[in-house]
Amino acid sequence: MPKVTFIAHNGTKNTVTVPNGVSCRDAAVDNDIAGIDGDCGGVCACATCHVYVDPAWLDKVGRAVEGELEADLLQFAEDFRETSRLACQIIVTDALDGLVLNIPAGQH
Amino acid sequence: MQVNQALKDQVSKIPLAEMDVSDPLLFHNDTVGEYFRRLRAEDPVHYCAKSPNGPYWSVTKFNDIVRVDTDHKTFSSDAARGGIVLGGIGAPEEANAMGGLEMFIAMDPPKHDAQRKVVSPIVAPHNLEALEPVIRERAAGILDSLPTGEVIDWVDKVSIELTTMTLATLLGFPWEERRKLTRWSDVVTASPGNGIDSWEQWQQEMMECGMYFKTLWDQRVGGEQSYDLISMLAGSPATSNMPFNEFLGNLILLIVGGNDTTRSSISGGVLALNENPAEYAKLMNNPALIPGMVSEIIRWQSPITSMMRTALSDAEIGGKKIREGDKVVMWYLSGNRDSEVIERADEFLIDRKNPRQHLSFGFGIHRCVGNRVAELQLRIIWEEIVKRFSKVEIVGTPVRSMSHVIHGFTKMPVKLHAR
Repeated sequence: MPKVTFIAHNGTKNTVTVPNGVSCRDAAVDNDIAGIDGDCGGVCACATCHVYVDPAWLDKVGRAVEGELEADLLQFAEDFRETSRLACQIIVTDALDGLVLNIPAGQH
Repeated sequence: MQVNQALKDQVSKIPLAEMDVSDPLLFHNDTVGEYFRRLRAEDPVHYCAKSPNGPYWSVTKFNDIVRVDTDHKTFSSDAARGGIVLGGIGAPEEANAMGGLEMFIAMDPPKHDAQRKVVSPIVAPHNLEALEPVIRERAAGILDSLPTGEVIDWVDKVSIELTTMTLATLLGFPWEERRKLTRWSDVVTASPGNGIDSWEQWQQEMMECGMYFKTLWDQRVGGEQSYDLISMLAGSPATSNMPFNEFLGNLILLIVGGNDTTRSSISGGVLALNENPAEYAKLMNNPALIPGMVSEIIRWQSPITSMMRTALSDAEIGGKKIREGDKVVMWYLSGNRDSEVIERADEFLIDRKNPRQHLSFGFGIHRCVGNRVAELQLRIIWEEIVKRFSKVEIVGTPVRSMSHVIHGFTKMPVKLHAR
């Protein structure tokens, strides 16, 4: 199964195994990754699973699409960047095996 | 939770077509929960054709509410179409010389986006870190000043006092006059016979509020930039040229948002713990449960019962056809009791598994901007309460607000028991 690494703001790395088809938000919550609250249950509604995609992975993961709900929500997230995504909208596949996601400082 | 059989029977006999859950009395006497229980079971997207607030849809289940809240392209918040509160806020338009209050919560993109972005940094996490010791010192000061063993009003002495202090800090409001904020916050959602005598009085007090803030604004526009909300609004291109009604509207939004809501949750938590002694015991045995309990209190209280939208086009929710122009009310208070999404939703459980999954802050682009400040205040006050008191005991019947929107209390007699 694919592996995803979450890096906390203080540099702590957590690598978890994620079944295909599961979102990175669910993977984080299921593995108690601090900083990913996912208050809305993973339906792109709250922006509490904000992550920065490692630039090396950005093309594979893709960016939030302008005009769609994810991008609308991200614009209000603390310290929004070019690499910002909501983890609930990143669905793990074999192609994303090794994915690295950084957790923003502001998200406790 | 106790089921009141007489109430259940009574509610079960009301024809669905005649059910109007926006009647403020149902909230004042705390019977509305039974109405919502019936709607969730029998008619979860319910049309009320006739009410003092006009015709409206009630959306009562968790997932349907999320669906409406996140579809801002179909469901508008724009004040010009009816805004966000069923029945409106304040004086009817024709009696309102200020031309209607405009606030970003009652706007659609792109204007909403620009104005919200100005305000949100003040309640951003890095700023809250600096706020935490200040709130803690004040919470401690408030609690230390209270007598034990005497009947006091928890709403006034603690809930209002702490939230008003926090708000005065965020706004950079003159400290000695901070109770003006409480008064204005109450007036905004008041109506004749309920907090005020007439719409003229409403207008007069809101104008007084506006002039007061205008003075603060003028002082800060040219002056030193400090990190408070008024300075931020005065200093940002997106907001510095706001018309007066918009300026006042946004301030009032922040006053109500930062005041009534957390206030109601601070009181509501005391009631919930008194009604659930086993949970109170869990808390006293393990104060580490407080962060999760805070979310549970916010779910349980649902301090804003609902928000309204106006359909911009025909749509379908839960199998019902919504027509363009229809008013759609999302009842957070009801969705927060939806047992299809929340396990044992009718129980107050301070150690539940997913306490953050609740609707009280709303979802989508209008989600509560100050939710972390709310959680911070609740966490601190409870940490300080359990250090000092073995129990905050309710010793009389709490009085609930007469409102279908603000779900709170006007009085809550308690006795404090020292540890």
